[in-house]
Amino acid sequence: MGRKLLTEHINVPGIDTFEVYRKHGGYRSVEKALKTMTPDEVVEEVKKSGLRGRGGAGFPTGMKWSFLAKPEGVPRHLVCNADESEPGTFKDRELMTKLPHLLIEGMITSSYALGANTSYIYIRGELLYVLRILERAIAEAYAKGYLGKNILGSGYDLDLHVHPGGGAYICGEETALLESLEGKRGNPRNKPPFPAVQGLYARPTVVNNVESIAAVVPIVNDGGDEYAKIGIGKSTGTKLISACGHLNKPGIYEIELGVPVEEFIYSDEYCGGIWKGRDLKAVVAGGSSVPILPKELILKTAAGENRLMTYESLSDGGFVTGTMLGSGGFIAMDETTCIVRNTWSFSRFYHHESCGQCSPCREGTGWLEKVLHRLEHGHGHMHDIDLLVSVAKQIEGNTICPLGEAAAWPVAAAVRHFRHEFEWHVTNPKEATRPGAYFSAKAALV
Amino acid sequence: MESTTATVKPQFSEAAKAEIARLFEHYPAERRKSALLPILHIAQAEFGGWVSPEVQDLVAETIGILPIEVYEVSSFYTMFNLKPVGQHVLEICRTGPCMLRGSDELTAQLERLTGAKVGETSSDGLFTLKEVECLAACGTAPIVQVREKYYEQLDTPEAVDAMLAELRNLVHRPLLPWEQTGLAHSQQ
Repeated sequence: MGRKLLTEHINVPGIDTFEVYRKHGGYRSVEKALKTMTPDEVVEEVKKSGLRGRGGAGFPTGMKWSFLAKPEGVPRHLVCNADESEPGTFKDRELMTKLPHLLIEGMITSSYALGANTSYIYIRGELLYVLRILERAIAEAYAKGYLGKNILGSGYDLDLHVHPGGGAYICGEETALLESLEGKRGNPRNKPPFPAVQGLYARPTVVNNVESIAAVVPIVNDGGDEYAKIGIGKSTGTKLISACGHLNKPGIYEIELGVPVEEFIYSDEYCGGIWKGRDLKAVVAGGSSVPILPKELILKTAAGENRLMTYESLSDGGFVTGTMLGSGGFIAMDETTCIVRNTWSFSRFYHHESCGQCSPCREGTGWLEKVLHRLEHGHGHMHDIDLLVSVAKQIEGNTICPLGEAAAWPVAAAVRHFRHEFEWHVTNPKEATRPGAYFSAKAALV
Repeated sequence: MESTTATVKPQFSEAAKAEIARLFEHYPAERRKSALLPILHIAQAEFGGWVSPEVQDLVAETIGILPIEVYEVSSFYTMFNLKPVGQHVLEICRTGPCMLRGSDELTAQLERLTGAKVGETSSDGLFTLKEVECLAACGTAPIVQVREKYYEQLDTPEAVDAMLAELRNLVHRPLLPWEQTGLAHSQQ
């Protein structure tokens, strides 16, 4: 059994209330930080922990914090990115719904470390009911003196607000999120300047994912060194994996980084294997934007080593034979899955969610969707397959924000590993367009 | 909310006004525009599930910004309905993880049961079907969102029937938090 640093008490009845949360050790990190540590000492512990951003990019959180500009007399902000919308990812929703005080505690401790006196939680608009849960918990924290003026007599003031989005995947990109928080369209900003220098209201700002901020709580409680003892190499601590698709037990699992992928999929402690007794075909390991891998490559690296749930092991082999841990959105597909159809669905998503600002993304995502649509629906040509690769290549690296890459990678990887399925759609349009049809290497057609 | 009533200028209820005043306190005084998205959510809930041009003008006036600043935002974000909708908007997730667990079948089933196609409203005015992208509930796919509620694991006919029955029996929409103050026009 792995250690649960975030979710140990998640199923305790009433844990969403201040009293019960407090009884289970809640808000200790706030007391420890505000009463016994300087802000810089908190930053130091987060650096020592090796915590990497849990939203998907995996950038070291402590280092991000240390970039924050601190000009005299200019307010600074901490903004929590709760715009969870990467397909396959649903961990933050669970955390906020069941453990709202964990996020609030993390926000207080982190805001103290950064010297922010007004902080925001930007939550995706679809989760308005979670916003209500957070607002109720925030009101409790104010009433108990953990938010507001002179918190716990420390002289530190903090106001915390929750802000809903309006339905736009792009607002998960941090500069688009800040635009949205300012009441504008979610168009990502050109960088530099980075948010650490000019973020919300052109003030120095740190944007962190929900899970990253929650992880600050055990890091401050137990020390960064203790946290870093968990995991392997530069993949320290625990990670929430949201497992979905064709699994016996989809759901949220807090794992110690380093669990073998095979164990995660098949053991009863985690996903309990593939549903309906079927075989595994492919996995998208870190949210829809990371490269899809066939069964052989997700269980073992190209060198034949066991693939582990760490940043390094999952990316072993680069994009030729590897993928990414990303947000931890783990999508498993059984042997009856049509890879072309699934790739088309993802491309439709990125086309729908492109903000339209950069032409390679605005036009390119449309082309990807269109070409995949005709392949899936039996009107494709052989050269369409290379056209997909070509369009993906022309989007990648040519856009202001990473949505371009997010749209390009899944298509490029699907063609790389499942080219035969695309070809089969071209050569067997009649069979391929039958409802529920899928390519099977065993039978060539089922 | 049809064009015949468009000449009557919409007004926020007292409860909504109080909620908006609370929201303004979250942002610096010179940054009231930050409250635009939360206020659009209130407006949509108050005025029949969509935001007409008149309602958007009211939002602009309330914040003190130009109407165009509201239009460009309401048209960017997918949650704001710019045309009249039925009493309940069924937002069906169609993205990969939901598709793997049967969202295509769910959509077909809802079209059959309501008599409306995606993008349309049923003839009794009860249901509008809308396809949306990932709602971040992939572990309990397939799912439908109706206002502030998620209906999850809709992979059996029984689950779908139960959802529709619940919504049919809901003559009025549930009160939202800012309406539960006594000031609110009582709906239920």
